[in-house]
Amino acid sequence: MKAGLAAPSPFGAQSVSDPDLKKTPLYDAHVAAGARMVPFAGYHMPVQYKDGVLKEHLWTREHAGLFDVSHMGQARLRGENPAKSFEKLVSADYQGLKPGKQRYAVLLNAQGGVIDDLMTARPDDDGLFIVVNGACKDNDYAIIAKALQGEATVERLEDRALLALQGPEAAAVLTAHVPQAASMVFMDTVALTAFGTDAIISRSGYTGEDGYEISVPATEAERIWNTLLEDERVKAIGLGARDSLRLEAGLPLYGHDMDETVSPIEAGMPFAVGKSRREAGDYLGADRIAKELAGDLKRVRVNLKVLEGAPAREGAEIADETGAVIGVVTSGGFGPSFGGAIAIGFVPPQFAVVGSTLKVIVRGKPQKAEVVTSPFVPTRYVRKI
Amino acid sequence: MHFTKDHEWVEVVGDIATVGITGYAAEQLGDVVFVEVPDVGKTVKQGDALAVVESVKAASDVYAPVSGEVVEANGQLSDAPETVNAVPEAGGWFAKIKLSNPAEVDALMDRVAYEAFLSSL
Repeated sequence: MKAGLAAPSPFGAQSVSDPDLKKTPLYDAHVAAGARMVPFAGYHMPVQYKDGVLKEHLWTREHAGLFDVSHMGQARLRGENPAKSFEKLVSADYQGLKPGKQRYAVLLNAQGGVIDDLMTARPDDDGLFIVVNGACKDNDYAIIAKALQGEATVERLEDRALLALQGPEAAAVLTAHVPQAASMVFMDTVALTAFGTDAIISRSGYTGEDGYEISVPATEAERIWNTLLEDERVKAIGLGARDSLRLEAGLPLYGHDMDETVSPIEAGMPFAVGKSRREAGDYLGADRIAKELAGDLKRVRVNLKVLEGAPAREGAEIADETGAVIGVVTSGGFGPSFGGAIAIGFVPPQFAVVGSTLKVIVRGKPQKAEVVTSPFVPTRYVRKI
Repeated sequence: MHFTKDHEWVEVVGDIATVGITGYAAEQLGDVVFVEVPDVGKTVKQGDALAVVESVKAASDVYAPVSGEVVEANGQLSDAPETVNAVPEAGGWFAKIKLSNPAEVDALMDRVAYEAFLSSL
């Protein structure tokens, strides 16, 4: 047996011995904890710790999981009105973003395809704070800097780490250290002094659970990581479980369920296009997105419950009941909390009817799959205190 | 018991070889959530894909360490794939193969050689 040992997909395109791989400020802590490190987005990252993906996934759903997501890009957009220039590139309403709030959006190309998905927040008076995908960050910053030229600047925050504390006990854990965390709701973001240092905390994440993302200076990261792990409700969780958690939450993953050919409407995220922006139509790719919002779609994202056989992984074909290939799986695997194989894929809209039956073709075998609603496992975002 | 560099094990009784993956492989793979075993009657050559074992994250082929005909498959693994993690070198076996070339077994590593191979990884 070969494939799975050296390179569990979608991790491990590079080798861990690659000298170009970077380390997050928590690298030593991961290795000391017995993590299995893999190359991911140009970094050495923990794919799992000693408990393994299954237990780590379930722990996060029941208690609180602590993730190192320092490979992601953090930056400040500073200037006269950075939101105004930034809006040329993104579909969300950022001029209307209130202080203390965060909003999800996609960075678009001229064809309405997704260059990256990102979070943008206004944690204080210091412009906008953005978090982008690790594998995309250099390209993102170059594109954003070009668009902001003369009006605002992109300042990369390379000296910061990012931790994610996720799960039903995350709020109780964090509130013990940061009392202000208790009064935050989903997508609130504040800059404050926490753990004795300057932190930017948002009540968000990418697991479907309630939780927080915590940006801290790199020099303080290991101390804060260990402080949180002292709480018996918290365990360190690797990227393997992060991927199965986000899949169950029905959250698309950039580079898999979204890329430069896929629009945010096809990807099932119309909320990424702000209402005021739809009316103005003043963003890249607006023509295509307006048509798609009006119902003119060639393909849409579909969530599939695999009813028989093996999990359908990325790249597996999707067929209709007659066996004709109509689409492809872009993310798939086993959902530990769901208790079975699940997948995200793309098919023409007439096949994306919830309750209907399709086939996923795994190693040449057509297996029955049912179109189901998103998310696969109910999300637990705290929208009201 | 004999072993391959791809971390399969073979145990021969008479002309029947029982095949599985080693404890090392099971641990590296992580939690097994699905196993696809071969159909009885299938003929395999050494190195052919014999079974597929899937963890939460990935699918991995299990290669036939010996040539022959599949005479029995471990059907219990479809209901209890976690058996591969629990007892990889016993109840977690995948298939029994009737050897067509017994000499292939002699060319595989014994446990001492396999342990030495593991420590070289």
